[in-house]
Amino acid sequence: MARKTPEINSSSQADIAFLLLCFFLMTTSMDVDYGITRRLPPPVEQNDEDVKVKERNVMNVMVNKSDRLLVNGRPSDIAQLKDLAKEFMTPRPGDETAPEVETKTFDLVGEVLMSKGVISLQNDRGTSYAMYISVQNELARAFNEMKEELAWKKFHKHLDQLNEDQTKAINDAVPVRVSEAEPVEYKTN
Amino acid sequence: MGKFRKEGKKEVPQVSTSSLPDIVYMLIFFFMITTSMRDVELKVKTAMPKATEIQKLEHKALVSSIYIGPPRDTKLGTESRIQLDDAFARTNDIADWIQKERDSRSEADRPLLTTALKVHKDTRMGVVTDVKQELRKVGAFRINYTTLKGSALEN
Repeated sequence: MARKTPEINSSSQADIAFLLLCFFLMTTSMDVDYGITRRLPPPVEQNDEDVKVKERNVMNVMVNKSDRLLVNGRPSDIAQLKDLAKEFMTPRPGDETAPEVETKTFDLVGEVLMSKGVISLQNDRGTSYAMYISVQNELARAFNEMKEELAWKKFHKHLDQLNEDQTKAINDAVPVRVSEAEPVEYKTN
Repeated sequence: MGKFRKEGKKEVPQVSTSSLPDIVYMLIFFFMITTSMRDVELKVKTAMPKATEIQKLEHKALVSSIYIGPPRDTKLGTESRIQLDDAFARTNDIADWIQKERDSRSEADRPLLTTALKVHKDTRMGVVTDVKQELRKVGAFRINYTTLKGSALEN
């Protein structure tokens, strides 16, 4: 007659499981990283010809080493930068001082009047990173507000409620035209 | 009203605890899957600036981080330094490091590799610009300035 194997007492299983649970609870870090995603331009080739952009199509944003802003040669404040950028990028046909406009057709959104403006961002080597992020953020905010407005006009929906195709159409119709100047070092006399 | 009268003493049955291990195991598996152990020991301070127009950094496996900030060890001064993996590095180490990061990913993932810049807010842009120029040279164009959530005007 085969002997019966005694049953293994499983009352401590819960305790073991709790120990493991505590371990994973302690070591887990569920911090999700957030940030501003950007795409760097490819390196400039030596023989590349400078792309000529008309002066009226460029908004110059400069930040010096003491974190002061200069927008188109005028001292400015970070709190106004978003509105300035938005005003600049909003197409105004017939206005000689504003950037040129063009009409383009996109899927889903149809004909859109687009500004040919470019925002050129230049910072000094001494600019603080916090200021740089603030400027990037304010410029991104200007474009995001314009996207939001277009999304509402075309689809009667908020930007985050659009489906993939609609989001792509809006992103095509409102391109983020921020160009970072090649770094140069300004000598202070 | 007799219907609701207590009929004698009924004992409350013991709550069965036999399913407790199962519940705990379920929690364990959840934490095991979501856990990501800190992979680097930070040698630099990275108090990041705040921003509002931010996106979630998806696919952590496709993100490699460059830390830039003043060293934690105050003996090393306050000038911002670059940290790659577990050690301080110089700007010209970045090309090799990117290559190493690319090699450790599968062929299909390589173009999707994002470089997260975790930079202390007091860092001067000179260092960051050098790093960016280096990344451009090696073709690591996808970057992310990792920030905290909050109004950028308070930076």
